[in-house]
Amino acid sequence: MDKKYGIYICEGCGIGDAVDIEKLGDVAKEEGLAVKTCPILCGQAGVELLKKDIADEGVNTLVIAACSRRVLYDVFRFDGCIVDRVNLREGVIWTHPRSKYPAPTEEQKDDETFIDHVQMMAEDYLKMGMARVEKVDLPEPYLLEALNKKILVIGGGMTGISAAIDAAKIGYEVTIVEKEASLGGHATSWRQQLPGAYPYEDLTPPAIESKINELENYSSITVKTGTVVARIAGEPGDFTVTLKKPGEKTEFDVPFPLPEEMKVDDKGKELDAEKLHEAFMEYNKGKNDILTVDPSGEKFGAVILAAGWRPYQPEEGEFAHLGFGENADVITNHQFEEIAAAGKIVRPSDGKEAKSVVFIQSPGQGDDKDFAYSGAVTSLVALKQAKYLREDYADGKSYVFYQHMRTVGLTENFYKNIQQDPGIFLTKGEVTRVSKNGGGLIVEADNTLLGEKVQVKADMVVLGTGMVPVTADDPVINLAYRQGPGFRDNALFDDYADSNFICFPYETQRTGIYAAGAIRRSMSVEEAVEDATGAALKAIQCLESVNRGVSVHPRSGDMTFPDFFFQRCTQCKRCTEECPFGAIDDDEKGTPKPNPARCRRCGTCMGCCPERIINFVDYSIDSIGSMVKAIGVPSEDDYDEPPMRILGLICENDAYPALDIAALNRLTYSAEVRFIPVRCLGSVNVIWIKDALAQGMDGVFLLGCKHGDDYQCHFVKGSELAEIRMKKIGDALSSLALEEERVAQFQVAIDEYDKLPQIIDDFVASVEEMGPNPFKGF
Amino acid sequence: MTEEKAAPVSGSILVVGGGISGLTTAIEAAEVGYEVFLVEKNPYLGGRVAQLNQYFPKLCPPTCGLEINFRRIKDNPGIKVLTLAEVESVTGDPGNYDVAVKVNPRYVNENCTCCDACAEACQAEIDSEYDFGMQKIKGAYLPFEMAFPARYVIAPEIIGTSDATRAQEACKYDAIDLEMEAKTLNLNVGAIVWSTGWQPYDAAKIDNLGFGQYPNIITNMMMERLAAPNGPTRGKILRPSDNKEPQSVAFVQCAGSRDENHLPYCSYICCMASLKQATYVRERYPDAKIYIFYIDLRAPGYRYERFYQTIKEDENIFLIKGKVAEVSTDSGTQNVTVVAENAVTGEKIHQEVEMVVLATGMQPTVATDKLPADLQVNDDGFIVNDFEKGGMFAAGCANKPADVVSSNQNATGMALKAIQTLVSR
Repeated sequence: MDKKYGIYICEGCGIGDAVDIEKLGDVAKEEGLAVKTCPILCGQAGVELLKKDIADEGVNTLVIAACSRRVLYDVFRFDGCIVDRVNLREGVIWTHPRSKYPAPTEEQKDDETFIDHVQMMAEDYLKMGMARVEKVDLPEPYLLEALNKKILVIGGGMTGISAAIDAAKIGYEVTIVEKEASLGGHATSWRQQLPGAYPYEDLTPPAIESKINELENYSSITVKTGTVVARIAGEPGDFTVTLKKPGEKTEFDVPFPLPEEMKVDDKGKELDAEKLHEAFMEYNKGKNDILTVDPSGEKFGAVILAAGWRPYQPEEGEFAHLGFGENADVITNHQFEEIAAAGKIVRPSDGKEAKSVVFIQSPGQGDDKDFAYSGAVTSLVALKQAKYLREDYADGKSYVFYQHMRTVGLTENFYKNIQQDPGIFLTKGEVTRVSKNGGGLIVEADNTLLGEKVQVKADMVVLGTGMVPVTADDPVINLAYRQGPGFRDNALFDDYADSNFICFPYETQRTGIYAAGAIRRSMSVEEAVEDATGAALKAIQCLESVNRGVSVHPRSGDMTFPDFFFQRCTQCKRCTEECPFGAIDDDEKGTPKPNPARCRRCGTCMGCCPERIINFVDYSIDSIGSMVKAIGVPSEDDYDEPPMRILGLICENDAYPALDIAALNRLTYSAEVRFIPVRCLGSVNVIWIKDALAQGMDGVFLLGCKHGDDYQCHFVKGSELAEIRMKKIGDALSSLALEEERVAQFQVAIDEYDKLPQIIDDFVASVEEMGPNPFKGF
Repeated sequence: MTEEKAAPVSGSILVVGGGISGLTTAIEAAEVGYEVFLVEKNPYLGGRVAQLNQYFPKLCPPTCGLEINFRRIKDNPGIKVLTLAEVESVTGDPGNYDVAVKVNPRYVNENCTCCDACAEACQAEIDSEYDFGMQKIKGAYLPFEMAFPARYVIAPEIIGTSDATRAQEACKYDAIDLEMEAKTLNLNVGAIVWSTGWQPYDAAKIDNLGFGQYPNIITNMMMERLAAPNGPTRGKILRPSDNKEPQSVAFVQCAGSRDENHLPYCSYICCMASLKQATYVRERYPDAKIYIFYIDLRAPGYRYERFYQTIKEDENIFLIKGKVAEVSTDSGTQNVTVVAENAVTGEKIHQEVEMVVLATGMQPTVATDKLPADLQVNDDGFIVNDFEKGGMFAAGCANKPADVVSSNQNATGMALKAIQTLVSR
């Protein structure tokens, strides 16, 4: 676009008192740009001024030097214009008060040796804002040539059917694929269902049959039983899906990535891209590459993964102390349910009536954990099954040994109801041994509420084992993505399919694919049905966002996407490998193939690219690099003791707000630091750091979120990837004879604003100790 | 479409309550492309989670997720936020509701730049509701640093006083309008999601646990504020009687919950909350001893179970199965003695501690504040959803006790239920 610049400086909130506005304006005038100042730019007169310039003067590129972009976002939004918010208030004057950094006196004004930190800072930030707007442009949406809005639901159990109906209700076409010959999943093999609605007191008949019947009302839902996904290729809005029968082998079965050990030659050297691809194809013999589109594949726009769970299968000897595997009458809760659904409760060993049954909720052995993969639902199932026995036999006795009865929330009502049954004995206790006793069993328990050691005679023992998500050992979604067919970092999420489970429970590392039900955690039907509705909403939201050419969470509405300058690509594959969302594939030569609709716009690809060929229209190597270059680096030519210059690259999601809050609290920190916000630390390209040091800046630090198991990165891996890059930059620095310690990364949570001054000032002090950058002034 | 159904259908959704559930419903629906009105009675969004120091089990600050949500609101003109607003009446049917919303005066307009001059000018102080009265604030205030909207409020308490005039005179931006009056907005919407949330159960009602009688007995929500960097003690956990750093803390679980005389249900989050708060104390005071008295430790599912297991490894944390029967205090030391019976050993325990935290449960707001709409509410005050009828839905803790992740799941789903009402009529 033809840019017409306008530079606007606000004098309000103390800016005019602390900064020499006229001098600041000279910065822009020197570049030949029009500058206007206003006592209160956000006030009516100020906004009118801006609007008038846009309408009458054709100004379309505005640099607004006032307050943080986190505030007055609506006042300074001008559609169709590029707007940069230069943060003079929070970033300069509130954190660098004149009481600490005095303004020049009248005499000092002409004294060239006087260092006016605040003024220099304001001028630097204004220059940086001007440099940025010169380099960025307005985004155009990425629109698919043909958008498909059909939703694929994987799994035809309670969750999958619910999700399908919820989406169909507002007009979306849905296909359910179910691997079994009929719909319904586990819910079809239950005698009764847990209470799922107020008053949560009694068991209810399984709802699955009526749910399956409900499907008939929706002609827009197609059901394919005896079907699994061979592969899903493409991107949201344009997935090409190959379906097949379970166990069938097809050329469109998804290929698996090469194991690490096969990526090197005999001498341990990494194979080049083409050799890698050959080895990959050999490893996946009989299967097509991920980029080969199945001509008879079916088109879908989004996917709901509701493939559910399977019963935990104890390993041989795993629960030997509980008699499992040795005694046929020691079974899992899943096996018990099958018996109960088939008729009266009888012993597996001899078919005799089982009138005394012990339910065990924790494997014990000194631990009060529940069985693996269990949850609140497991406690409820034990109560449900204890009740079955009482339904079958008036003289039946159920014993439930638990460590913690986990009937959370309103399901407590069911627990209370069960407690009223005189034939159900509930106690905390650790079961230590289950052994044979004639034709029956003896259960021994310690530390119970009934006494220190108790023994119970039982006909049968039931272990409260958990629900294993099917993604534990099978990708199920079979994505034809270069990073592999399943969700990434499964171990970090304990085999469950999610990535941000407190605030944004539906986010996964694969855009357009939303998991629901027991594949996400052990849950009851009630919870699964609710979860299905949420996943359906997210799938629809993704389709509508792709339709508008904008990103989904967390940069919802962002129209930009990474643009590749392929001529300079060296096929290093780093972008393909590092993208937290698997958005980039590559061809047999290793040339990246971006899939913008899979992209979440974090910029990790831009950060990792050694050739710097990946950019966003409003966020690029050049735009940030130009901001770095706009920072004035005073040298000994300017001052006897020039101030240092330190660059801080800060995550806009956590560190930037934290700095704003530090400012609001009037916390102060070094005036020698200049901040540039980045989308995510993962997007930080080392060239910015090298440039900063090459132009004489004395140090660089990155400020971003915490990583590790309890990571806070909104893009899962950004701050972690940045840290790896920073470690590698150390070598480059030592080759320049610069200390590694001139570059650092700090982790900060958004609420740790009170710690920021210390972090910043400590780093500044450590750089000061190293002395000025020897490249300064060259 | 038949004739009878030809009544105009509103394409908008009203979300009542701007806590984490309401925010989620509003934003998720708006990002599909719908117009949403988000009505919040407080002067800020975020509700209960905005008062928390950290979430369990990740021990991360709630403001991190809130900030992203606020940014999503800022980027989406389809969401209209009304703070200090309450629904006064609802008439109509699914697809077409007329709603009267009363917007109470903030006395501060959009000119506010958060410069703090008004607060500095105020002389009198009022109790901070946000900090459960543990801190005094000026009558002109910003609810908290990351508050959205970022705009000061003049407390109604100082209207008509000289403080109000002083605040107004101190404002350079003409942002204070003391003449501002409550106004009623009439909205026509197609669906309503009630995410009216919860309040901490009034601990003073639990006679045997001494809240309100003894200064060093506090509630779990007060503990969140004490631990928060922006709280009354700037994140230091100090006991109220003498601002001493407590070297021993007892947590009393099920304070009100699972109790027929108070809240008959389980409040879902209090076990995990106390385990989390144990880490607050342990992180600050390396020698402090923690005693947690519980009936069951409800840490269901692998993530919560794992968190509980790491807490158990701490040798300074003692977990005792036993319901606390009574508390007493020493008038000299102001220490509290907690009396309980160990349910496993039968041993009677008298544990003296320097501070007690009552794990008070969640009571739905609707239990005490009736809603002006035709909704089915159960005996405990939770709204029962009627999906057959549609039109109006409850999300999050207005519907049942839940943790944040379940509330967010539920609230995302309710966005679709609301949209279904708009589309299918």
